[in-house]
Order: sequence, then structure tokens, then C-alpha cells
Amino acid sequence: MTASTPSRTAAAPPDPGTLKAVPVRHYGQWVAAVVCLALLVLLVRAVATNETIQWDVIGSRIFFDAILDGLVTTIWLTVASMVLGVLGGVLVAVLRLSDNLLLRSISAAFVWLFRGTPVLVQILIWFNLALFFPRLGFGGASVSTNDLITPFTAALLALTLNEAAYMSEIVRGGILAVDGGQREAAEALGMTSGLVLRRIVLPQAMKVIIPPTGNELVTLLKTTSLVAVIGAGDLLTQAQAVGATDFTRLEMLIVASIWYLVLTTIASAGQALLERRFLRGSTHARGRSWLLRRIATDLRPGRNQDAGAVAAPVPPSEERDAR
Amino acid sequence: MTTGSAAEAATGRGGERLVVEALGIHKSYGSLEVLKGVDLRVRPGEVTCLLGPSGSGKSTLLRCLNHLERVDAGTVRIDGELVGYRVKGDKVYELPKREVAHQRRNVGMVFQRFNLFPHMTVVQNVIEAPTRVLGQSKAEARERARELLAQVGLADKAQAYPVQLSGGQQQRVAIARALAMQPKLMLFDEPTSALDPELVGEVLDVMRRLADGGMTMVVVTHEIGFAREVGDTVVFLDGGVVVEEGTPADVLSRPQHERTRSFLSKVL
Repeated sequence: MTASTPSRTAAAPPDPGTLKAVPVRHYGQWVAAVVCLALLVLLVRAVATNETIQWDVIGSRIFFDAILDGLVTTIWLTVASMVLGVLGGVLVAVLRLSDNLLLRSISAAFVWLFRGTPVLVQILIWFNLALFFPRLGFGGASVSTNDLITPFTAALLALTLNEAAYMSEIVRGGILAVDGGQREAAEALGMTSGLVLRRIVLPQAMKVIIPPTGNELVTLLKTTSLVAVIGAGDLLTQAQAVGATDFTRLEMLIVASIWYLVLTTIASAGQALLERRFLRGSTHARGRSWLLRRIATDLRPGRNQDAGAVAAPVPPSEERDAR
Repeated sequence: MTTGSAAEAATGRGGERLVVEALGIHKSYGSLEVLKGVDLRVRPGEVTCLLGPSGSGKSTLLRCLNHLERVDAGTVRIDGELVGYRVKGDKVYELPKREVAHQRRNVGMVFQRFNLFPHMTVVQNVIEAPTRVLGQSKAEARERARELLAQVGLADKAQAYPVQLSGGQQQRVAIARALAMQPKLMLFDEPTSALDPELVGEVLDVMRRLADGGMTMVVVTHEIGFAREVGDTVVFLDGGVVVEEGTPADVLSRPQHERTRSFLSKVL
């Protein structure tokens, strides 16, 4: 470092590079680390040496057919209700921002209802729909409610509607975050409301929508376990079913937990990827994102700084003193 | 466009054809009356500069011309066509949004804050409306965009993103974007007010060339020099009314009203 700067330091104060500074010592951090580590060792030992937990059972059942079936159902339920929930959320958000008072009210009521009641209760209500409406249909044509509402469809309905309510608030926030001038500029070009939304507003809203949506996915993944109360065949349903047959409840719950951890880890990694990809400039940029480019542009020495560099060898004050 | 009303405007009122004919425009925001009965007439190829202190209603008037603001009373006709409304029998009907959007194709607008679409490159900004609204092919629109960008001196920036450009460059792209719709009329809402002083000139140059090329323009501006040099008509507004209008020589050099004089003495 000292070798690279001699020309610049000629008229400057002592080179900070030659100073040997003693960093601030954080003794508290060391103490805290030792305490935490000790507690962790105790905890791991308590679990590992617990004689009632059959570790070999956990190891051998992690790839049980029933467990893998449940895993597939959980993934399928998560993906389906997330996709439908996002689509529904965009729809509800657009209705919420419409000029039409009726549509606005319907949207607000939807969010109020499905966000304001517990998902668990919603799951139970959908599952027991046949109690209120034994048959569903219009006019003459109808089907038995119990044929239509299986545990899986009840779970899907409940999770989707709940997710749509939450997503609509996220999407609405994203849309409102887009500068009003963007909409005006698009309208002034003769673009219809649909085009403005699809081509100008939503792509820009995505930057705001994507991060919380990733969180929603992780949350939803875990929320699907609630459908075990109606025996929808998800991971937890299956784990409990297996565990109930031979008194390995706790072991099977740990098996389920391991799988939930695997899934949420994958989802979090996916979220990170998606966010990075979106920073790369939505669907339009090639190479670096416009955001990254902006940062690069900001950091690149501008015209003013170039001019400054030329004048730098003699600082203005010294120049004046010399005269 | 309805040929009936176009023909009427083309021959009516003194026999001169008007691109803009705004009559008795009133506009209020709540209890604040911003425009109190303003008339504005612009002939083809004419450059009209709207001057006035902030809050005088000049930007609002401009935004009424393409129905970004709904007028409370009065009529706006662009090239003879009533903007935002339809007269049927003795009743006036508000046009649905889709038809208002259709009318706006004919009117280009340039904003103070540029409002380029940040998620699109320069060329994508320019071809967006021609391809999506007019249904031009991408190749055709790109060809036209290339010409327009060359015209505003930014042929080499086609693949850049707006954030990579200076304010002056962004505003020139915004002008090219508006021109890509081949409008009959261009509206400029303080196009140089958000620019660093050294970048104002390049935007005014483009506007001057546009005016020389025969474009009909309405310009809200604080650039008195531009109004004097390029403007055919200068309209001075204050408190929501037109105080004075006429040629730049008359209004700017020999103002008849005290308010015009005091405004000019502050900005010159």
C-alpha cells in the first residue's frame, strides 16, 4: 500500500497506511459466544442421548412411501394454492383500485372476510360445507357436495382464498408504489387501461411484490400442515398416521419437520434466486440489470470528478497560499 | 373522428382551421378554482407558449387538452373533434375510457419529469405505443424509432436504459417517444424545468427544430427566450384566467397589463 501511493503523499499528511491501529476489542462477544456454544452442546446432548427417541426409526422412515406421498401432496397443495392465490390476488388488487364502487367494495369485503378469520377455521368450514349445502348447483343441475368437496379440494379452496386475500394486499402495495407519472405518460400515449396495467405498471410493481411473495410461499408451505385436521393426506397427515400405528409419534413428527426444513430451505434459495434475477432487469434487460447498471453509473467517475482529478495534485488552499 | 364536427371546425369561426379550440374551460380541485373560463385557439403549425406564475393554471390547462384532467365546464376540440365527450342530439355524453385513449393517439405529451419507462430500453420506450396501440410491426416501429432517435441526436443510445442517461437525454427520448405516435399536436409541460441549466439548451434545440418542421405545439414554459424566439403566440395566465395574449413581441416587449409586467420583470 505504501509503495503504490508515494506520488500522492508528497504534500499530504502522514500516510494513514503506515499507522498501526489497534482494533477495538469486543470482549462481550467472546463471552456470549462461549455461553451460547455451551448451551447448544447441552441441548444437542440432551436430544441425542434421549433413550426414548428412536433415532434409527427416524432414519429408516424418512423415505417411507406414505411419507413421500404426503410430501408430494404438500408440495402440490402449496404450488397450486400459491399460483391460484397470486392470480386471485392480482385480480382482487386490481378490483380494489378500480373506479367502480361496487367492485371496490366486493374486493374490500373479500379481503376483510378471508384475512380476518383463521385459516384453520376456514379449512374446517369448507370441509363441512355439506352441512349447510347438501347439494351444489344452479337450477336443476346439481351435484352432491360431498362428491365435490374432498379433503384435498377443501384444503385447496381454503388455502387459495386465504392466500389471494394476503397477496392482494401485497400486489396493491406494489401497484401503488409505481410513480403516478408512469401511468400518465402511458395514458398520454393512447394506451388503454389494460395495456397500462400489463405493460407499464405491473412490471414495475414486481420489484416491490416479489420479496414479500417469497415470504408468503415459505409461510404457505408451513400453513399447509393445518390441513392435517381434515386428513387431507399432506406430509403431517401421513406422519401422524404412521406414528399412530406403532407409538412413534414424536419420531414421525421429527421426520415431518426434517422434510419441512428441506422444503423451506429450497423455497428460500428459490426466492433469493428470483430476487437476483429480478434485479437483473425484469424480462427486458440483457446482461446486467438496469438497477445494477444504475449503481455502476453512479459509481463511475463523472465529468465533474474527472475535472477534479486533474486539479487534484495541488489542493486549492495551498495554491492560494503559494501565491 | 366524426367528419361532421371536423368540417364545422375546419370552416367555422372566422374561416380558419384550428388544431386546438378550447372554449370556456373551468376546472376546480375541491373549492380551489384553478381555471375560470379560459379560451385557447391554436392554428396548424403554430407554437403557443403558456406563461404565468406557478398556480396560474397553465399546466392544468395543458392537461385538459388531452383529458388527463376532466374539465368541469367548457369544451376542448382537437382538430375539430370534441375531447372526452360526445354530443348526441342535445345531450352531452362522457366518452368511455377506451375512446378517450383512442383520442389521445393524436396528441403527444412531454412531461416535466420525463416519465420514461425505467424497465425498458430507449428503443423499447419509443416503440411501445406504436406497436401496442397502433399495431405497427416491431421492425417498422424500430425503423421509425431509429430515425426519431437520430433526429433528437441519440442514435447511439437506443439500447441504453433511462437511468443511464442525463436529464437532457431522457427528455429528448421522451420527445422521440411522443413523436413516434405521429401526433397532430405536441404538448410540453415545463419540459426543461427539471433539468440542470447546462442541459436546457439541448432540449430547447430539439423543440426549436420540431417547430421549424411545422409541428403544432403548446408549450408551458418559463423559458422566456424560447417563447420570444420560437413562439408564434404567447398566452399569459394568472389566477386561472388569460390576462393577455398576442405575439411574443407584443406580450413580452410591450405588455399591456400590470400583472404581465410584474411577472416579466421577475423572470427576465
